Amino acid sequence: MTTRTMQFKIYRYDPDKDDKPYMQDISVEVDATDRKLLDAMVKLKAKDDTLSFRRSCREGVCGSDAVNINGRNGLACLTDLKDLSGTVVLRPLPGLPVIRDLIVDMTQFFKQYHSIKPYLINNDPPPETERLQTPEEREELNGLYECILCACCSTACPSFWWNPDKYVGPAGLLQAYRFIADTRDQATSERLDNLEDPYRLFRCHSIMNCVDVCPKGLNPMRAIGKIKDALTRRAV
Amino acid sequence: MKISKRTFDAVIVGAGGAGLRAALQLSEAGLKTAVLTKVFPTRSHTVAAQGGVAASLGNSEEDHWHWHMYDTVKGSDWLGDQDAIEFMCRKANEVVIELEHYGMPFDRTDAGKIYQRPFGGHMSNFGEKPVRRSCAAADRTGHAMLHALYQRNVRANTQFFVEWLALDLIRDAEGDVLGVTALEMETGEIVAFQSKATIFATGGAGRIYHSSTNAFINTGDGLGMAARAGIPLEDMEFWQFHPTGVAGAGVLITEGVRGEGGILRNSSGERFMERYAPNAKDLASRDVVSRAMVTEINEGRGCGPNKDFVLLDITHLDPKVIMQRLPGIREISIQFAGTDPIKEPIPVVPTCHYQMGGIPTNYSGQVVAPRGASMSVAVPGFYAAGECACASVHGANRLGTNSLLDLLVFGKSAGETAVEDVRKSTKAHKELPQEAIDRTLARLARLDTQKEGADAHESRLAMQRTMQNHCGVFRFADKLKEGVSKILEVQQDVQRVAIKDKSKVFNTARIEALELDNLIEVAVATMISAEARKESRGAHVRDDAQDTPEHPNGRDDTNWLKHSLWFKEGNRLDYKSVKLTPLTVDTIELKKRAY
Repeated sequence: MTTRTMQFKIYRYDPDKDDKPYMQDISVEVDATDRKLLDAMVKLKAKDDTLSFRRSCREGVCGSDAVNINGRNGLACLTDLKDLSGTVVLRPLPGLPVIRDLIVDMTQFFKQYHSIKPYLINNDPPPETERLQTPEEREELNGLYECILCACCSTACPSFWWNPDKYVGPAGLLQAYRFIADTRDQATSERLDNLEDPYRLFRCHSIMNCVDVCPKGLNPMRAIGKIKDALTRRAV
Repeated sequence: MKISKRTFDAVIVGAGGAGLRAALQLSEAGLKTAVLTKVFPTRSHTVAAQGGVAASLGNSEEDHWHWHMYDTVKGSDWLGDQDAIEFMCRKANEVVIELEHYGMPFDRTDAGKIYQRPFGGHMSNFGEKPVRRSCAAADRTGHAMLHALYQRNVRANTQFFVEWLALDLIRDAEGDVLGVTALEMETGEIVAFQSKATIFATGGAGRIYHSSTNAFINTGDGLGMAARAGIPLEDMEFWQFHPTGVAGAGVLITEGVRGEGGILRNSSGERFMERYAPNAKDLASRDVVSRAMVTEINEGRGCGPNKDFVLLDITHLDPKVIMQRLPGIREISIQFAGTDPIKEPIPVVPTCHYQMGGIPTNYSGQVVAPRGASMSVAVPGFYAAGECACASVHGANRLGTNSLLDLLVFGKSAGETAVEDVRKSTKAHKELPQEAIDRTLARLARLDTQKEGADAHESRLAMQRTMQNHCGVFRFADKLKEGVSKILEVQQDVQRVAIKDKSKVFNTARIEALELDNLIEVAVATMISAEARKESRGAHVRDDAQDTPEHPNGRDDTNWLKHSLWFKEGNRLDYKSVKLTPLTVDTIELKKRAY
């Protein structure tokens, strides 16, 4: 089987032994069975077991292995090796504290997600059967519910870098709109109140990094626009 | 050595579908509950389930829980316990409707009800013709379900311990389960979690095989912990090979593709399932389809330059249907097979997918083990649900969409039983035995100090190759025998694995080594149970138990209509009878299984 050597430059930092972070130069042989960046990273780890990163499903649905690849956020398991040439530079997602190597502390990210009340609110007594929803109403949730909470978008967003404690960020706002758009949810007005704030929603300056990097092809900016529209409609 | 201790009413290990469903019962009942999970809850492998969850809602055509029960018993090749199967099928509508009320974004029929599609082995009127029973959210049902369950837990204020790896079950001399020891990954701290109820919802162990649809995290942690604490593992020889894993990559392609009209074809373009299952065809049970595919490949009718896969064809479907009902499959196919299924068929091979066996439980979610004269006595304080448990509803072969149903029904019932038991208990928490804690510390100390030894990566590969080559879709008496000695050799290596990473902070090398301790227990249990079962049944088919008039399909009900129990100590096997009496209806009588 034909193999090729791939060169990597990887951000390394273990607070247990390193004074400060450094970039490690390391290479690995890959063959035709290695299709994705994650395959190469697993091989790198077999070579140097101290290299630390998160991974689980390896098919782009669990959201574990988001990293910064040659300056751009993405999922290692959905990044084709054939599209990577020269030295591949891997860094942790930007803007979040690093725990170790490519593993970031996502507390702030999930805090913002939780802040939008990411659950259906319907105070009517539950009926015996399902709550009805037409196929068209259900279709409104497409492009929203598929989010895997990988944080590629929020950590590519300069507004989130500057105000991670105050700005909900694209991932959280996409989910906020997922519940606003759900005909079964009764808390639209409460949800809009929760976002009507100079920071929580309005720090979005339509930079579009979120749309650019989303590995699931979702469009948080459009959802943010729809929330802004709903607020405007409510005001007039 | 002393370690810090935290005390709860209940501890749940695992935050996939079963763990999250159980957690809702406990949180909403106001119990002090800790959910330990080694990954953030929405990263659990339930997220990867695609095709749907079974319930006889009858939204598109007539259906009945009794038909569903019949299909499940038949699918299990009569090894499933009929009381648990009746319980599950009768509860299906309730748990699916609850999930809809939680906000799950199911697809809809024109009447606004939950959309249902046909699925393998699910038939109307006791096996007559395929029925629409699988409740689906496009082909992302598991993702939609896991997120809806997590979201509901956020609403219920469930207390999660995220990125904590449970290490050992704490059990005292009387056999009571008193909690677990666990490792906080970020800091390396070890804590004893003391509880009156311990619920395992740790998922499967599909990573014992080399080619698997399973996530890296599916390492059988609950099974390893249970086995080390003296709990037997039930029916471990039964592993489901999903017919349609992407050739080479192993990534799952849902049976829902065939539910929507997809067809399997061999190298001459023939729809070969017509020969193997004239009635159900491509929607026969998974074990039947997987064997048919391997037979086609073995007889030279495979596709590709090496004739080592078959094709899953949906090019005849309306692209609009594919975009609406199977968008995730199209994405996976483009990503991992390099083909757009709208234009070209997808190369697929049977791939290890699901463990039918597990920690023995009853339908109330209590873990049961032999004690005295009885084979099934509840272990005080211990519950299990989902793929790690064996209720047993799947018996020798699981039907598609019954796994998501299993985790909802038994997650809920394990939670309910635990709530009752904790409320009934008047006594304080029992003292934790030091030796259980010492066992954990000894495992960690070995990894911390050992400098030379076996390589974790190589040992894992050796285990996976041994399982793949000796205990696959078709099994051979001589291969199994050889497999037993080989896997025991690998076990020796695993016991002397050394890691270079000695850091306290998020040490993934250490985590992987600890996971390997669990995987190897599952692999050994599987190989030994499989070697011993001298019949063919469901997913366990061997060359020395062929189809004869006396033993249809090679099944031997006289000698083998019984559950295997493997005990870690001495690799001992024991057996217990199958529960053939349902709760309220008549027994579904034994007969030859055909589709």
